[in-house]
Amino acid sequence: MQHETIVGLETHAELLTETKLFCGCLNRFGASPNTLACPVCLGLPGVLPVINKKGFETALKAALALHCQINQFTTFDRKNYYYPDLPKNYQISQNYLNLGINGYLEIKYGGNKKRICIHNVHLEEEAGKLIHPESALGGGEDYSLVDFNRAGVPLLEIVTYPDMRGLEEVEAYMNTLKNVLLYTEVSDCKMQEGSLRFEASISLRPIGQEKLGNRVEIKNLNSMKAVLKALEYEMRRQKEVLESGETVSMETRLWSEPNERTERMRTKEEAHDYRYFPEPDLTPAVVEDRWLEKQRATLPELPLARRERFVAKYGLSDYDAGVLTEDKALADYFERCVTLHHSPKAVCNWVTNYVQRELNERRLEIKDFPVSPEMLVELVRLAETGDVSMPVAKEVFVEMVDTRKKAPQIVQERGLLQISDRAELESIIQEVIAENPNALADYKKGKKTALTFLVGQIMRKTKGKANPQMVNELLKKKLEAG
Amino acid sequence: MRVAELISFTGYQLQEKLLSRELTAQEVVEGLFANIEEVEPIVRAYLLLDREGAVRKAQEVDARLKKGEKLGPLAGIPVAVKDNICTNGLRTTCASRILENFIPPYDAHVIERLKEADAIIIGKTNLDEFAMGSSTENSAFKLTRNPWDPKRIPGGSSGGSAAAVAAGTAFIALGSDTGGSVRQPAALCGVTGLKPTYGRVSRYGLVAFGSSLDQIGTITRDVRDSALLLQIIAGRDSRDSTSADVPLPDYLKELEKPVKGLRLGLPREYFMEGLNDEVRKAVEEAVKVYEGLGLSVKEISLPHTPYAVAVYYIIATAEASSNLARYDGVRYGHRTPGAQNIIEMYSCTRAEGFGREVKRRIMLGTYALSSGYYEAYYLKASKVRNLIRQDFSRAFETVDFILCPTSPTPAFKLGERLANPMEMYLCDIYTIPANLAGIPGISIPCGFTKENLPIGLQLMARHFEEAGLLKVARAYERETEWHLRRPV
Amino acid sequence: MAVIDKKTIEHVALLARLELSEEEKELFVSQLGDILTYIEKLKELDTSKVEPMAYATATTNVFREDVPTPSLKLEEVLKNAPAKFQDFFKVPKVIE
Repeated sequence: MQHETIVGLETHAELLTETKLFCGCLNRFGASPNTLACPVCLGLPGVLPVINKKGFETALKAALALHCQINQFTTFDRKNYYYPDLPKNYQISQNYLNLGINGYLEIKYGGNKKRICIHNVHLEEEAGKLIHPESALGGGEDYSLVDFNRAGVPLLEIVTYPDMRGLEEVEAYMNTLKNVLLYTEVSDCKMQEGSLRFEASISLRPIGQEKLGNRVEIKNLNSMKAVLKALEYEMRRQKEVLESGETVSMETRLWSEPNERTERMRTKEEAHDYRYFPEPDLTPAVVEDRWLEKQRATLPELPLARRERFVAKYGLSDYDAGVLTEDKALADYFERCVTLHHSPKAVCNWVTNYVQRELNERRLEIKDFPVSPEMLVELVRLAETGDVSMPVAKEVFVEMVDTRKKAPQIVQERGLLQISDRAELESIIQEVIAENPNALADYKKGKKTALTFLVGQIMRKTKGKANPQMVNELLKKKLEAG
Repeated sequence: MRVAELISFTGYQLQEKLLSRELTAQEVVEGLFANIEEVEPIVRAYLLLDREGAVRKAQEVDARLKKGEKLGPLAGIPVAVKDNICTNGLRTTCASRILENFIPPYDAHVIERLKEADAIIIGKTNLDEFAMGSSTENSAFKLTRNPWDPKRIPGGSSGGSAAAVAAGTAFIALGSDTGGSVRQPAALCGVTGLKPTYGRVSRYGLVAFGSSLDQIGTITRDVRDSALLLQIIAGRDSRDSTSADVPLPDYLKELEKPVKGLRLGLPREYFMEGLNDEVRKAVEEAVKVYEGLGLSVKEISLPHTPYAVAVYYIIATAEASSNLARYDGVRYGHRTPGAQNIIEMYSCTRAEGFGREVKRRIMLGTYALSSGYYEAYYLKASKVRNLIRQDFSRAFETVDFILCPTSPTPAFKLGERLANPMEMYLCDIYTIPANLAGIPGISIPCGFTKENLPIGLQLMARHFEEAGLLKVARAYERETEWHLRRPV
Repeated sequence: MAVIDKKTIEHVALLARLELSEEEKELFVSQLGDILTYIEKLKELDTSKVEPMAYATATTNVFREDVPTPSLKLEEVLKNAPAKFQDFFKVPKVIE
């Protein structure tokens, strides 16, 4: 039987704020344990929360970017459950009147476009971090440790409808969402630091059937790759279960990276009962129209719109535009270059090929890249005017990354200006032909490869500085004549 | 000056004598501690006494007064603080085993205000565990006795503060009031207890019981001291989102203004069955005093009053079940050693750390919020709460203040109501509605029973009408001498 | 009428993380039953057209600016901890 895979995703994104959601402790990753904690985020007796306005507005911005309907009267609720990393043993979250509802995210993959519907977007507080130390003898110690630095960091939860129908859509959704959150500066989306996390729910149903199958939730997904691997595994597992005539049990499973499989949670899952009720320590937030419009106005152009604009305005291919807009900073870098020097295709070629290669090889982010748009544009110009040849330009570029020197300086120091002087080139060609009589003979016999060989020799002799077009032209003429 | 004379002063009188240098702060503190040594073994109002800190602060105040420095409005006046209000560096237990050794690293907002006012914090007073109770018998550490009759309860939950003020082991005190916990013990101990409007005083640092009901209040010997103390602790605090941004009047200045022509309402529902005859009579006499002062009096109806206790025991316990979840043995407080896993650690720690009444309320509140019951209990109660609030709004369209008894009975005997929680809950039948509606209420002494037990008169007012409430209470006090009586 | 039985008491006790003795369970079956019976009187009221009063104040939009305030010193954070290890709070092993 053919099955259809149905996936929904819950995304948690830590918000880019200076301080935590309900107190003035810093919202920072990587501080020494329990140094970013105060009576409020430690849940000491008697403390009270006060909402961080920036955190609230950032969540609002995200909800708008995801085309949500905004609950202009929005409230906070307590979600009650016991866990050692949750200081108050309730999480201040939203349940009854979420900030944003019924939104969507448009994704593009292959040649398809699709809207993934968002059930709700809401604001809540992070828990602390639980550490399970390894014992010296191998295996785990019989205790766990708690660090509350992260407790109270503002967290956005984005919940989709079960709208995704395959891994391709899931991957596109994750990438697009991440991109939107980066573009809007809602989150830094560093999965390795946990500031962006996914949980998936997946079910299978026979094609043609309307009723959804039993759903399995998967947690402990630490990267997008893990999400895809876990879903792939779960698709296989559920298919086997169904094909053996059994039913998939509704449960939460954990992705085990070392075992490459999902495993049922070991703790008894006593019926979850979060006992939500309105948080009496906070007052409702009323988002008046003016405030809403002001926030809407701060929204930047979103990645998909920018991609389409790059195609229309700069004549780039959809593929190149996609590559550039995948990273807001990279797209910004590209556009800055184009403003300095209106040659979008050449700039695009440089950015998508050479700049990206160096970024990847050196594991750099564009904001830390040593070659500024101003510097790159100088090099592009040198290559365009023919002052340096393309192979030399690439070499110069690498050196710019290494040394942070500007292109003209490198070209001058190393004498790399392209030789475009006719007389000089003719004399070099003469020399090379003289040194390679066999090649000349071959050419005359009709062997066209001899031409390529000779061009190579000329380039070698000039260390790549000879203007390749002129060399071709002059060499042909010489050979024909000779 | 003799100790007996010294301890008879109100805070206001002390302030005058300290400023005129008739008394030094150190003399006040020494005199007070002399009386504490004598009386405290009987009354047992305190969980902690900070004699050393009090003397140090008194010496500092005296030194600064000598230099002619300008001091805060409570300079040199000793204050007792209910032990569910956090004091930096001073153990704060909520009369619970679970917080037996908890030392807060911060001061509650009201404590900061007291310190800025140069008050002297002398100690932490006993209460029902986490303020849950009406007799102070639910303290994990000691029984406080009513200074008027040591066989009887002082009321609760702020029983320690009320007993101390009545017994002369404190001049003024702070309490907290979730369903009557300031007004009821004040009534039963023959002192003045004020619960301000919800939001008038910051709750920051008050250990939460029912967050939408809790309010810090004052327990004093007379109304003037209530005004004096409220002036210091009231006002907006940016750390409490529910603290109101409402202008603060000069309460002492408003206190002596005329009351003639003001309208009093007597809610019919507060004078029905269950009301002790002697209490009824004392309150009726008080009405006559007001009539004599030129106030108009009429009967009104607050029709949803019979539902108030039911609403309260859902909302307060639901909020409490969540507020008390943090006592889990992870970051502070008691932990049962040797647990094999985390659930066992939590469950044993909490079973050992909490007393029976607290457990009962956590159970009730957890049940009321649990899946399938939220609408029938919590949501239903929230709706009826709204009806109760509307009763008051409607009443305040035709009257300025509401007058009624504070407690249906005078102080009862120790142990008398412990077996039946429902009976104990009904002690607060007249005080709970003000908490549900968020309005201010005050209890002042209005007589004594044949057995010489104090009776309290309650007045309630519109939101943020503390100035008027104090003024009307003060007008009665000027006409009567009940507030001057002291237990022997 | 809401009748509360021992099984319900046990379930609620687990949710509330309270280890109850058999005696306490019996006691709570009876006492919570009494209280819930008393509370039943709310059913007399038709509240279908009444808004719930979830907040005791009418205030809205109380925010703080995104400005840091000092955190506690590490010693103060850990001062009241029942068990600690290095700079962490220590708890019995948590398994998932």
